[in-house]
Amino acid sequence: MQSQIPLYPEQASNIAPNVDALMAYITAVCLFFAVAITAAIVLFFFKYHRKKSGEIGVPIHGDSRLEALWLVVPAVLALTMFAGGAVIYVQFRRPPPDTLDIYVIGKQWMWKLQQPNGLKEINELHVPAGLDVKLIMASEDVIHDFAVPAFRTKMDVVPGHYNTLWFRPTKTGRYRFFCSQYCGTNHAIMGGWVTVMEPPEYAAWLTGSSTNATDPVVSGEKLFAERTCSTCHYPDGKGRGPSLNGLYGKKVVLSDGSTVTADEAYIRESILNPNAKIVAKYQALMPSFQGQLSEEQLLNLISYVKSLQTQSVSEAGSGFAAAGKK
Amino acid sequence: MSSIPSAVGNELPKEHYLNATYGLRSWLLTTDHKRIALLYLASVTFFFFIGGAFATMIRIHLLAPEGYLVTPETYNKLFTMHGVAMIFFFLIPSIPAVLGNFLIPLMIGAKDLAFPKINLLSWYIYLIGGCFVLYSFSTGGLDTGWTFYTPLSSVYSNSAVTPAVIGIFINGFSSILTGLNFIVTVHTMRAPGMTWFRLPLFVWAHYATSLIFVLGTPVIAITLLLAGLERMFHLGFFNPALGGDPILFQHLFWFYSHPAVYIMILPAMGVISEIIPTFARKPIFGYSFIAASSIAIAVIGFFVWAHHMFLTGESSYAALTFSLLSYLVAIPSAVKVFNWTSTLYKGSISYDTPMLYALGFIGLFLIGGLTGLFLACLGLDIHIHDTYFVVAHFHYIMVGGAVMGYVGGLHFWWPKITGRMYPEAMARIAAIILFVGFNLTFFPQFILGYLGMPRRYHSYPPEFQVLM
Repeated sequence: MQSQIPLYPEQASNIAPNVDALMAYITAVCLFFAVAITAAIVLFFFKYHRKKSGEIGVPIHGDSRLEALWLVVPAVLALTMFAGGAVIYVQFRRPPPDTLDIYVIGKQWMWKLQQPNGLKEINELHVPAGLDVKLIMASEDVIHDFAVPAFRTKMDVVPGHYNTLWFRPTKTGRYRFFCSQYCGTNHAIMGGWVTVMEPPEYAAWLTGSSTNATDPVVSGEKLFAERTCSTCHYPDGKGRGPSLNGLYGKKVVLSDGSTVTADEAYIRESILNPNAKIVAKYQALMPSFQGQLSEEQLLNLISYVKSLQTQSVSEAGSGFAAAGKK
Repeated sequence: MSSIPSAVGNELPKEHYLNATYGLRSWLLTTDHKRIALLYLASVTFFFFIGGAFATMIRIHLLAPEGYLVTPETYNKLFTMHGVAMIFFFLIPSIPAVLGNFLIPLMIGAKDLAFPKINLLSWYIYLIGGCFVLYSFSTGGLDTGWTFYTPLSSVYSNSAVTPAVIGIFINGFSSILTGLNFIVTVHTMRAPGMTWFRLPLFVWAHYATSLIFVLGTPVIAITLLLAGLERMFHLGFFNPALGGDPILFQHLFWFYSHPAVYIMILPAMGVISEIIPTFARKPIFGYSFIAASSIAIAVIGFFVWAHHMFLTGESSYAALTFSLLSYLVAIPSAVKVFNWTSTLYKGSISYDTPMLYALGFIGLFLIGGLTGLFLACLGLDIHIHDTYFVVAHFHYIMVGGAVMGYVGGLHFWWPKITGRMYPEAMARIAAIILFVGFNLTFFPQFILGYLGMPRRYHSYPPEFQVLM
């Protein structure tokens, strides 16, 4: 009977071949020890089998050179495994600077994914091959985990935090993704498919499917006005709150003298818990929006704030004038 | 090879601990460590069967990809209750409270444990905790996973979480008192001439375990209490909507629950360190290294907890540190395996049942331990974290290691405990069936895990059916 079971899933991302190579290395080392020890046990088992009932063994109490050997050799081998894993992990945790950002919201028991142009998908994710993709992930309720075995990646999606997961798909196709952190009743069906497409196909798919997509920047801008953010955060920084123009990705000096990089997590925290980090020279006046905004609305607001990066003149109606040139 | 004179008498004493007194009262109010060990034997066996029944239902359910037996909700309850019953009420107390209780005073030449009444008290505390947990199981069940991750457990779960966490909280004191009892006994009640480095390795292993009992268990008790308070009174410890942090729960939980793995495996290692030299008829190889490695495991084991959290978004520096420390804790385990194997060299080995269990232990623990190296590796953990690879790994440690050690130890000391011999041929067959069956069940799960199959799924992609 021919076995149809593969030993590893398809390799469809930049880190997959590295992970598999490391797997092969560690398997080889472990297999060596497992076989050697098992062979020794089996050999001793038969060779030193008790032949006469009164027989006793040779009283050997130990050997410190041997002990030193099997302290040092495993330690050195373990260090190589650690180093191999560390290299991949550090790369995995540090997204490259220019990525295609996709927002992911996990909730019991479905995934909502939002393309950069605002196109929303449920339990489906389309990504272009060969480009760096970054998922910025939030949870509406409990802890979930976005896992794509073919990419050898996964990351928990934790309520109250933004976790990011980046990968570069290398092979077109359809691959399963799973929720990998137990999240309640229908945990097992909280999954879907990642479709990796050639970039032109992806672009065509994006425009073709996006007829009723709302640009998150536009939604965010609307929220920014509705929630009266714009009454304090003037673009020129002369309002009661600091200017948000060009904020994203910059270092912000806080009132206690420390600095923080303005990433998604910082902006999110500043909306939900404004007093946690006060920008230098400003006062703690902003009310908290905890419980008043859904994760989706938060992401829209963040998209809008991020868009202020490049967009020096904003669209009409926002109350923003051209200021703060970057 | 020389031979030993056969000078051991076969006569049993007329009066012994089993027939000294009779009646229910004499058992339920006993302060004799040997009788308390038997009380524990009965109660952990009860929970072992309950946990085993859940496991059987899980296996039947997973026969078909869409799920064969129960609803998703029930499936989630089955694996949760399997974990809770097995870990808190079987694996953790099994060897220490049964074999440790029975043997430690005998091995060090003490009349009893230092605090015989507290010893009995810890059994009653175990029973009370057990009743709360059984109440939870029978009035709605528990579906949070044995890990009780917040905010699922503290906010979203609709099952009977509160009685379960109260039960585990109470049960914790049983562990603490047992640990305390062992530590004081070993320190103060050794017979004259029984110096530290003459202690049997079984006692060393239990000493190390007791340190974890005393230092670790309060943390899980507090953690589950906080989760319970959040659930009952909406205090915001872990729920982000109330200003808490769900990751904090995981830090606190694993600060105990990783060392708890060593609570389960260290006593089993102690049993193996007694069985192997006995049936090889020679002294253990590297006594002091095995003794020291028990303590090293107990100490380093407290500094590896966040390796369960590499993918929660914890800082990369924390992840690097905990990965390195996890490799460090592997070394003393490796030392033990090498020493046990070397003990067989030039021995006079017989294949009696306890020896079969001990050799089975080495084989399974070897696989369980080595696959820990895969999970400690940051780059690989990204892929295999929360998959069946993890399920296979910890079952190799807990069943392949702890249960094989426990059952092997029960056989080894059964004649001493009961004055009777078990049927040898049947026992050997059982040992072999256990070893083979275990491997058939769990080895394929390593492959499943690497293929990406997540754990705790009531249904699964059809391509995984053969391995499942």
